[in-house]
Amino acid sequence: MSSAAIGQGVPLDGRGAHLIITVKEDARPLVRSPARVSLDLTDTIKLSQARRGDRGVIVQVGGHCHHKEHEVELERRLLELGFVEGAEVELLHEGLFGRDPIALKVDDMRVALRRREAASLIIRRVAA
Amino acid sequence: MDMALKTARVALVGNPNSGKTALFNALTGAHQKVANYAGVTVERKEGLIRAASGRTMSVLDLPGTYSLRARSPDEEVTRDAVLGRLAGETPPDVVVCVADATNLRLVLRLILELRAVGRPMVLALNMYDIAQRQGLRIDLETLSAELGVPIITTVATRKRGIEDLIAAVEAKVEAAAVEGENRWSSPDSAALRHAAREAERIMKACVRPPERPDTLTGKIDSVLLHPVAGMAILFVLLFVMFQAVFSWAAPLMDGIEGAIGWIGGLVAALIPDQGGGGLIQSLIVDGIISGVGSVLVFLPQILILFLFIIALEDFGYMARAAFLMDKIMGGAGLHGRAFIPLLSSFACAIPGIMAARVIDSRRDRLTTILVAPLMTCSARIPVYTLIIAAFIPSRTVWGVVNLQGLVMFGLYAAGIVSALIVSLLIRKVFWRGAVEPFMMELPTYRLPDPKSVAFNLWLRAKIFINRAGRIILPLVILLWVLATFPYPPENATLPAIDYSFAGMIGRALEPIFAPIGFNWQMVIALIPGMAAREVAVAALGTTYAIADAENATGLLASTLSAQWSLATALSFLAWYIFAPQCVATLGVVKRETNSTKWTWIMIGYMFGLAYLASFVTYHVAVALGGG
Ligand SMILES: Nc1nc2c(ncn2[C@@H]2O[C@H](COP(=O)(O)OP(=O)(O)OP(=O)(O)O)[C@@H](O)[C@H]2O)c(=O)[nH]1
Ligand SMILES: [Mg+2]
Repeated sequence: MSSAAIGQGVPLDGRGAHLIITVKEDARPLVRSPARVSLDLTDTIKLSQARRGDRGVIVQVGGHCHHKEHEVELERRLLELGFVEGAEVELLHEGLFGRDPIALKVDDMRVALRRREAASLIIRRVAA
Repeated sequence: MDMALKTARVALVGNPNSGKTALFNALTGAHQKVANYAGVTVERKEGLIRAASGRTMSVLDLPGTYSLRARSPDEEVTRDAVLGRLAGETPPDVVVCVADATNLRLVLRLILELRAVGRPMVLALNMYDIAQRQGLRIDLETLSAELGVPIITTVATRKRGIEDLIAAVEAKVEAAAVEGENRWSSPDSAALRHAAREAERIMKACVRPPERPDTLTGKIDSVLLHPVAGMAILFVLLFVMFQAVFSWAAPLMDGIEGAIGWIGGLVAALIPDQGGGGLIQSLIVDGIISGVGSVLVFLPQILILFLFIIALEDFGYMARAAFLMDKIMGGAGLHGRAFIPLLSSFACAIPGIMAARVIDSRRDRLTTILVAPLMTCSARIPVYTLIIAAFIPSRTVWGVVNLQGLVMFGLYAAGIVSALIVSLLIRKVFWRGAVEPFMMELPTYRLPDPKSVAFNLWLRAKIFINRAGRIILPLVILLWVLATFPYPPENATLPAIDYSFAGMIGRALEPIFAPIGFNWQMVIALIPGMAAREVAVAALGTTYAIADAENATGLLASTLSAQWSLATALSFLAWYIFAPQCVATLGVVKRETNSTKWTWIMIGYMFGLAYLASFVTYHVAVALGGG
């Protein structure tokens, strides 16, 4: 996976169409057709693209490129704060400006994060 | 055994906000700061435990951390203490891991990491009262067996489980078993994942989810973190806080002022003012009572400010405020975690600057330190209040808002806005680094305990009065000497103070300050005022008391309003928004930045801004007819 896709995140545009998830330069097929997604309970998105009320399970923390020191460090810090594969997350609150930062429930802990960092986390959404 | 002979050393380690400091206070009787957010403790604090057995042990309170892989200066303190990395220091004999029983997952992973350090360990399962209230079932035996450490349940704030904990630590000391050598090395992400899985397994095996989970925090958050309502509440809260500092304190202040005036009158009546008596009377009445008294009057205001800050800290609001302000702070180039240090600076810049240790990036930390003294600290309150009371009419505007309180709020806002602008400039001028990650735990809300709030206020009052005695009193006596001697010549035409040393110094420096509208009495007040801001008020009190001994009403505010123009008063306020009039802060900046250069840069830019702001304020005010 390219570092650009994970580290910098994808612009948070297309509010209405947020179910169409495109992870740029990503090797894995994450593009869903809108028709399918509304029924699909297992779509994966970057946590940075989640909206208030979204729930999911973390399926990947950090990218696979380990050549950037910054990203290696970010991955470790996320892991230490409880963002591990398998953890349940729920997006509780969004900030006023650009819906950033976000307040999350991670298992039974509450954590605030910027969407920038949340871009390093991929979740599989589950219906509320 | 030699372990029993030397004082055993115990270190308290754990996640942030798990109650380490509360436990430290319970163990040692200390009064270190405890509050409901992550990152309260940023330095090591040592204390003594006296066990029932008669043994004394030394205990170390450390900053909270999620891992020994320290990233920020506060976490480095913990890492170095646990690993015994400081020069001349061995690792602690026993590590007490302090865990929040209601939030175990992350600390379990930390314990697995701590085990690799190979020190004897005891787990203090703190906040057990909350765990019980929630009906959380923890299988202590299995947990203890899984982790291989004894477990003691504690309620640090109620001092429950303390004896058991001490006994468990003593047992470890007596066993004197060094449980193995240090195998710790910085874990990589694979090791972290592995440990997290192991922690999860232990969690599943030993902890059953709470029967009555806390739902209140979620409900409160849906209001306080609401994008619009939350923001509005934050601003209303700050506004009410600064208004209250002004409005609520008035009756209490009048009382103290009356009492001080009464004492002054009493002393003046008791000591004859002939011969040597006159000199002593002047020292006590003009020097000590007018000087120190003029600062003591502000005790109620300081306490009201602290009441707000302490209540918000204990409730768990600080992290929420940081969340709400993150975008604004980020826009000004400040690190997300800079908010709490800056908010702490409303009390005093020194803890604020210390709190910047939680910021990992050195540059971001430096920026925060450089702007923290711009936040309106409580030592500015006496200066602001004095000038506002003397020059701003107490009117009600817009139906409910007190005009004096509004000006006070304006001064606070000026401090905040200038801090944001300066940090933006620092970022633009000195560096344009990458944005550092922002991650912060949002603690569970807790109702502040009235008893501990009251006790903390009492501590604050003691500190304030202590300062008045230790810093202000000697300076005021010195100033009194300078303002009294030498005596004026026989044929003097001017007031006596004009011929004194203070008069000479003031007049010599007056030309520098004349362009910003300061008279020489103010210049004299600024010099001891370098020591601490509120000293300037004491110094003005003494100077005007001596200068105008006959007509002194005892009320400094009315003296000032008769002697200063509005332009001068406003210029003085502007000066105090910016000027770095506090040696203690400068000392801490030097220590925390470990750089003389940056300390001088701070002094330079703050004095520069102060002079500029006063100059502009004075001339605009004069032009508008305030001269
Ligand atoms: N109910 C309850 N509250 C507790 C207990 N111990 C601590 N607290 C509260 O928990 C909060 C955190 O306590 P601290 O002692 O400051 O925590 P800390 O571990 O020193 O935190 P840092 O210094 O930030 O790492 C405070 O609001 C305490 O009043 C406990 O046993 N029961
Ligand atoms: Mg602490």
